[in-house]
Amino acid sequence: MSNWEVVIGLEIHAQLATKSKIFSGSPTAYGAPPNTQADLVDLGFPGVLPVLNQRAVQMAVKFGLAIDASVAPRSVFARKNYFYPDLPKGYQISQYELPIVARGSLKVMLDDGTVKTIGITRAHLEEDAGKSLHEGLANATGIDLNRAGTPLLEIVSEPDMRSAKEAVAYMKKIHTLVRYLEICDGNMQEGSFRCDANVSVRPKGQEKFGTRAEIKNLNSFRFVEKAIQYEVARQVELIEGGGTVVQETRLYDSDKDETRSMRSKEEANDYRYFPDPDLLPVEIDAAFIASVRASLPELPDQKAARFAKDFALSAYDAGVLSASRELGAYFEAVIAGVGAGHAKLAANWVMGELSSALNRDNIDIENAKVDPKQLTGLLLRIVDATISGKIAKEVFEAMWSEGKPADAIIEAKGLRQITDAGAIEGVIDAVMAANPAQLADYRSGKDKLFGFFVGQVMKATGGKANPAQLNELLKSKLGGGNA
Amino acid sequence: MSLTRHDVEKIAHLARLSITEQEMPVYVSSLSSIVSFVDELSRAETAGVQPMAHPLEGQHQRLRPDVPTESDHHEKYQVIAPAVAAGLYVVPRVIE
Repeated sequence: MSNWEVVIGLEIHAQLATKSKIFSGSPTAYGAPPNTQADLVDLGFPGVLPVLNQRAVQMAVKFGLAIDASVAPRSVFARKNYFYPDLPKGYQISQYELPIVARGSLKVMLDDGTVKTIGITRAHLEEDAGKSLHEGLANATGIDLNRAGTPLLEIVSEPDMRSAKEAVAYMKKIHTLVRYLEICDGNMQEGSFRCDANVSVRPKGQEKFGTRAEIKNLNSFRFVEKAIQYEVARQVELIEGGGTVVQETRLYDSDKDETRSMRSKEEANDYRYFPDPDLLPVEIDAAFIASVRASLPELPDQKAARFAKDFALSAYDAGVLSASRELGAYFEAVIAGVGAGHAKLAANWVMGELSSALNRDNIDIENAKVDPKQLTGLLLRIVDATISGKIAKEVFEAMWSEGKPADAIIEAKGLRQITDAGAIEGVIDAVMAANPAQLADYRSGKDKLFGFFVGQVMKATGGKANPAQLNELLKSKLGGGNA
Repeated sequence: MSLTRHDVEKIAHLARLSITEQEMPVYVSSLSSIVSFVDELSRAETAGVQPMAHPLEGQHQRLRPDVPTESDHHEKYQVIAPAVAAGLYVVPRVIE
């Protein structure tokens, strides 16, 4: 395994969040009853004429600008010819020789914190096909053409990724970007964001790429990772066993966690592209590009850089907090409440307690049961030493389940921290009196027992003793002082 | 340029046309002569000529505002479908 280098390129399909289809006036809303959103253009009736959706073009240009690519002043739609029941015209309108976006790149942060630049060969506009449904029909397939004609942006990377994890990191970054740009809702369950992975292996040090297999239609980050891992292992085993990899299309079966050949696709891979005579070349002038550029939001990398600089956060923290616009906005709302001086505290809470609660309950940050204002209320009580960080976690859980503000919970549960030195000393004295053996051991040099005494006092106070004060007082008392 | 029988079989398959044994020689020779005719174009001097994407030169694609304008007429459209069930077009089973 270690003698092999993995080479991966991804083709990501992002459904553009337009209201109508790319070449027709049919609506694109998800989940409508079958075929109620397919008009004569989508159905491929004779004599109809496709007319290009301006918003789809703007969205493609927006993506191009965000990845620092060149936006083609002139791009051309072509017909990709193949037969399949969910493609009524017998061809898909796509772009071939002259795509709308070319030669961009994206910076991706890997697990070890290093940043890698992944090349993006091109991004082109095309129409989606319909859906084939195989359930509930005996020996037949049902076709729903509501999706037919939905605009897609196909984003094709260079073969720059060297592991399944890198591929996932790149795909996540694209996912983040299209949502920032508001050009795709990124909903993978509904198929709005999916990818094909081109995977090959070559002996380490070899320049020439190995033969690749293309794994089709991966619709979750986890499946991308698992499918690539399986495919790499399959290819290595095949070659080491004296076989050769054949160039083919494969499907990932998530139930069996394996990829298998789609034989039917092998002979069909002759698409006979030619310029679509129904569509004229698309011309994009400087004014159009300027207007799209003016609509660009702050991009993920820009936001991360700003967070790192303004709030003195690590690159990792800044990257996590800018992973979505919503998360970034939440974090900034908390900062506005607690002040930039407590940014690290805010970052830890947003990435820690808040994120785990969201994950545990499987809800989006927009629907978080503790909003930025409430979290601010809690953090301010840590800052002014009303409660310790540990007690705050307990308060947070109560806020999450009861929907009450921090102060109300602190009062109701009597969680206010004990900061009265006399009160803490009283507890320390009692603990010392109750544990004479430990006290003697400590005083004869067993320093580790300090933790035992801290634990005992915390237990006796229900965790409410101010930790810094407790440390100080305990040190002095145990040492025999009479402070 | 002349096409082989194999070429014609492949083209026919890609277009989902079935050609009988008797028709085959006719297609091989007539398609070959079409290709030869088109081949004459490659004698033209085209260096420095930008390929055209469309015969209407100088014109470009008009764009349409992103507004849904179509409503549901699937029952009307499905009248001519060979088979329909629960709003779906029904075709012979296709599954990978």
